Amino acid sequence: MNHTIAEMMMPAARSKITLRYKWGVSEASFRKILYLAGLILLVLLVAILFSLVVASLPALRQFGLSFLIGKTWDPVRGEFGALAFLVGTLMSSFMALVIAMVFSLPASIFLGEYFPHGRVSGFMKSIIELLAGIPSVIYGFWGLFLLVPMVRGLETAVGVPPQGVGIFTASLVLAVMIIPYAASIGTEVISLVPADLKEAALSLGATRFEVIRKVVLPYASSGIFAGILLALGRALGETMAVTMVIGNSNFLPQSIFSPGNTMASVIANEFTEATGHLYLASLIELALVLFIVTTVINILGKLIIRKMGTRK
Amino acid sequence: MESPILRIENFSAAFGENTVLKNINLSFSRNTLTAIIGPSGCGKTTLIRCINRMHELTPNARVSGKILLDNQNIYDTDPIIVRRQVGMVFQRPNPFPTMSIYDNVVAGYKLNGIKLSKEEMDQTLEESLLRAGLWKEVKDSLHRRGTFLSGGQQQRLCIARALAMHPEILLLDEPTSALDPKSTAHIEELVSELKKTVTIIQVTHNIAQAARVSDSAAFLYLGELVEFGVTEKMFTAPKDKRTDEYLTGRFG
Amino acid sequence: MNRMAETAISRRIRVDKLFKALVIILSVSSIVPMFLILFMIVKNGVSVIDWQFISHLPKPVGEAGGGIANAIWGTLILIGLSFVFSVPLGVLGGIFLSEYRESKLAYLIRLSVEILQGIPSIVIGIIAYVWVVMAMGSFSALSGGVALGIMMLPVIVMATEETLKLVPDSLREASLALGVPYSRTIMKVILPAGLSGILSGILLGIARVAGETAPLLFTAFGSPFMNLNILKPINSLPLTIFNYATSPYPDWHALAWGASFVLIAFVLGLNLITKLVTKRWKVQF
Repeated sequence: MNHTIAEMMMPAARSKITLRYKWGVSEASFRKILYLAGLILLVLLVAILFSLVVASLPALRQFGLSFLIGKTWDPVRGEFGALAFLVGTLMSSFMALVIAMVFSLPASIFLGEYFPHGRVSGFMKSIIELLAGIPSVIYGFWGLFLLVPMVRGLETAVGVPPQGVGIFTASLVLAVMIIPYAASIGTEVISLVPADLKEAALSLGATRFEVIRKVVLPYASSGIFAGILLALGRALGETMAVTMVIGNSNFLPQSIFSPGNTMASVIANEFTEATGHLYLASLIELALVLFIVTTVINILGKLIIRKMGTRK
Repeated sequence: MESPILRIENFSAAFGENTVLKNINLSFSRNTLTAIIGPSGCGKTTLIRCINRMHELTPNARVSGKILLDNQNIYDTDPIIVRRQVGMVFQRPNPFPTMSIYDNVVAGYKLNGIKLSKEEMDQTLEESLLRAGLWKEVKDSLHRRGTFLSGGQQQRLCIARALAMHPEILLLDEPTSALDPKSTAHIEELVSELKKTVTIIQVTHNIAQAARVSDSAAFLYLGELVEFGVTEKMFTAPKDKRTDEYLTGRFG
Repeated sequence: MNRMAETAISRRIRVDKLFKALVIILSVSSIVPMFLILFMIVKNGVSVIDWQFISHLPKPVGEAGGGIANAIWGTLILIGLSFVFSVPLGVLGGIFLSEYRESKLAYLIRLSVEILQGIPSIVIGIIAYVWVVMAMGSFSALSGGVALGIMMLPVIVMATEETLKLVPDSLREASLALGVPYSRTIMKVILPAGLSGILSGILLGIARVAGETAPLLFTAFGSPFMNLNILKPINSLPLTIFNYATSPYPDWHALAWGASFVLIAFVLGLNLITKLVTKRWKVQF
């Protein structure tokens, strides 16, 4: 009579299969551990926001909204107004964006349109990746020793006090730092433009330039805008490179060549010397503002890119 | 006559509101090969996935009725144990890519932390590979990863992997549909030998294959068991009109 | 074709060529800074580096022969701490996100992780200050590790999720069909299959975190001494570079170049290793 192989098998091994089994508890607890890990991530974010708010309460209560428009930042007298830093941040970031776009947009067109594959493209992309990986402090160091003298020369030529450091120099360093970031987003976005749209235009006799101008860029425009937003978010949070070349002055900047401070750089500069609850709380309130602004900008940018990716 | 190794009684299965299997009653004898045939979407794959309780891994899956393996309702047993008693081979060969051929075959033991002595393991390995008709081809490369094997060889590796667990029943879900004709013939030969020592239930959409390898066949249509019987009789003189239409290619 | 049409077309062609030239020039210019930076670092840093530089502690200004030994050790210790804080949690979180992909909770968590990734590093430094430094009453390597860990976390989570998403369901089914419980299926089949992606996520996270200064300014704080005690302040390469570069002493500037060389070599080296790891260890399905 034919036995199934199961019956013919060594009895020892067979019993091992059905009897030796620790289960149940470890199954349920594994799933629970996974859930826990996920929840911790969520709670972490909430806790960060919560801590920032709580730690800046003294300043929030004392100054309210006038914190953001106050021109004076005087730790000695206990007067903390952040306007100088808001202006410094906005000036340096926007200038940096403009300068960066001049180079990153062509780079995106280069990599997304003209040379999407091949060795040239591979080389460029690697360099851009490497640029993105250079630590901020090294950019600052380089900026301090190369850009500052250059700007000093420029300032002498223009007839402005030749300090070298200042908001303009900070924008230059920032621009160099966000170019790789903006370029890779732009490249992604431009390569998403459907080939059949481009081919339709080309077959009608349009030149490459005209196709780029009238088909590719308009299609990719929302993505490019998102890239700008994300690069802006990056620039706003940059600390080290900026703090090394911006001149660290707490007065409202008068021109682009003035020394100044951004929200991030003033925190870096003054936090360890901050005495007193109000001082500390004011600096932390700056961090809170930074947190909220960069979060909003990042979410907006990512949302636009996601929408673009799902478009036909 | 000895009792059937597997009995399905008044069994139904559903995904949420969608009933996929309606009141199935089937029994399977030891050491035979039963083919499950029917057009796409008739519930064949769902049926065998219920036999090793894989069906319930899908959210919203529901079942009712009994499936008795050796007179024990598998729904009263821990699914992990059921799956160790019932082996499955899938449509696309799926050897574990990070493991060597050796580890693949004995994966059922290693992954479950079941300790076998080296001799036991080697013996199980050789036996399973022999039964799967793969031993000669791989015995000198047991410690290489399985990914260099051809599709047909990979599928035989998966069969060996399932056999290593000494299952009561071997479920084959369209095992040759992703393979070339030569490998398909190879596996059909293999399976015809294997059925002498293990009970096989094979889902196939290939009627000719079912005719070639199976002892009995069950024809499912729209979730219902339309006809079931000895292959030779059923295929030459089907009792139900729908069976006849399916076998002659009128639909499906 | 008449004259007017011809000149119109040739003008368009000229514009097209001009545009392409402009694009190429500006694109190439955008990567020039890379070479400027590397050049400066190599030129100024190579001469500073010798065995003494690597193995000695910093000396006060004016004394010859300082080194960055404590910075190197500090960086390694901080990396180790951030690894401990971010890898287990990050991998488990990534597994959760890839297993419960569709759920509402997963959507929220994924959103949180993306937000976490965009938080400026100085803000994270403040959080670590509030949570650890204030609680402990002093600066410490531990608080620096917490800050860097929070920064590394999103990188690990996203790398894990992305990699595991690529592992086909058939692998999971094969394992479950053998009667392997869910937890072991994940840990012994799915995770190993995605190891190369997770590993490269970890390496890239380390590369990023090794160069961070801002979050350490008021957590790890820096120190002129060699310190292996995680409850005390500790130095790191970026902190050293910052302190020396912004000092008025040319000797220290030279040290800063040397330290920059070491840091860049480390970061770029990690990037290279990551590329090799992904290539060699990537599992084909």
